[in-house]
Amino acid sequence: MKNTPFTAHHQALGAKMAEFAGYNMPISYTGINDEHAAVRNRAGVFDVSHMGEFILKGPNALALIQKVTSNDASKLTKGKAQYSCLTNEEGGIVDDLIVYCVEENNVYMLVVNASNIEKDWNWISNRNTDQVEMHNISDKTCLLAIQGPQACKLLQPLTQIDILNLKYYTFEKGEFAGVKNVLVSATGYTGSGGIEIYFEDVDGAADKIWKAIADLSIPPIGLGARDTLRLEMGYCLYGNDIDDTTSPLEAGLGWITKFTKEFTARPILEAQKAAGITRKLVGFEMVERGIPRHDYPILDASGNTIGKVTSGTQAPSLNKAVGLGYVALSHANLDAEIFIEIRNKPVLAKVVKFPFQ
Amino acid sequence: MNFPENLRYTKDHEWIRLEGNIATIGITDFAQRELGDIVYVDVNTLGKSLQAEEVFGTVEAVKTVSDLYLPVAGTIKTLNPQLEGQPELVNNDPYGEGWMIQMEVNNPADVDALMSSEAYAALVG
Repeated sequence: MKNTPFTAHHQALGAKMAEFAGYNMPISYTGINDEHAAVRNRAGVFDVSHMGEFILKGPNALALIQKVTSNDASKLTKGKAQYSCLTNEEGGIVDDLIVYCVEENNVYMLVVNASNIEKDWNWISNRNTDQVEMHNISDKTCLLAIQGPQACKLLQPLTQIDILNLKYYTFEKGEFAGVKNVLVSATGYTGSGGIEIYFEDVDGAADKIWKAIADLSIPPIGLGARDTLRLEMGYCLYGNDIDDTTSPLEAGLGWITKFTKEFTARPILEAQKAAGITRKLVGFEMVERGIPRHDYPILDASGNTIGKVTSGTQAPSLNKAVGLGYVALSHANLDAEIFIEIRNKPVLAKVVKFPFQ
Repeated sequence: MNFPENLRYTKDHEWIRLEGNIATIGITDFAQRELGDIVYVDVNTLGKSLQAEEVFGTVEAVKTVSDLYLPVAGTIKTLNPQLEGQPELVNNDPYGEGWMIQMEVNNPADVDALMSSEAYAALVG
């Protein structure tokens, strides 16, 4: 099991630790509800250094990215990032990722899920027919997400970068807490605002930044609350809500699927769009008492299986149980009545819109 | 972690305290920590007679759900009424106000046969 440069800090804080994607990661410190509230109300810091980062470099880098991803990376200018996905030959999803344009038409960084680092690396490498220079910098790259409505205001004294005015999905490189060459990005997975910072752990950089953030009384947040925070927003989690067998159109990711360019399985997805999808990822809230969990069947009023739950939880900010799941199109409209089979009992739920309220 | 000496324990992380032939049952400090923030306790076996190790209910936490196993054979008599409005009592006071059910045990000697606090501490240690 791999450690991140922050593992010793998590253990010293008494975090509940668990293996995630081969890394020893903090699941929670003081409790999920507590940590969730800290991010929604003020700010919190997540160690997500297990995520993967690839650098693609050279005159053919953009063409390779265009070929393997569904969104249109040619729209990116220096300092801009975009959410995208790698599609497989069948129109499923190899991974979802963020593409960063470090230098237009030359240097790009792809940020991928920790559990998919090797799969993605091989996938892209195998399609790299024009000698694009590729570097897997995952192991040496630290990633902290500092999220929450007060995050930018609290962190501003640590950097010359104008983070208070950094637009969503843009980034800048600069000095942060005395550490040079930190990439500061206005992105995140919580829906509460804030930034994510990427840097290399040289000359004690990781300790320096961790301490500077802790000195601002920004509490650490584990992967447990990261999941409840993203789920309240309806953000997809790879391996749960999207995978090799789900298409971006079914997952509600049509907005990052651009038929204005060529990419893997574009004809299949275009045909799927023209014919209409048969199932759709929807958000639902429980009407009767029960908490939906991954893989619970979804039923119609007559007890027929019409889909299955991909993610579910008690939503800490909303004080109700919510979930995501694929359902047949006949039951995908707002307010549709569906039933979640919880321990052999159908429990009433209804389809709602994102983000959950 | 705290495992009071006056209680008996099971490998499924329940504790039991016997008074006459009435036993009070809850989950251990270890179990509540593992589960995290508890959302509700579901017991639909009130009035039923069950064997030892049969499921008498479930506990739903934010991130996970777990079955609750009866430590010894007997009849479920009472569900802690406070848990409906304050499920967090299980996290905050697992051996006190966070108790879950009371039952009438068939054979009080069954309780003595369960683990001591020392044996349980060794199991989860």
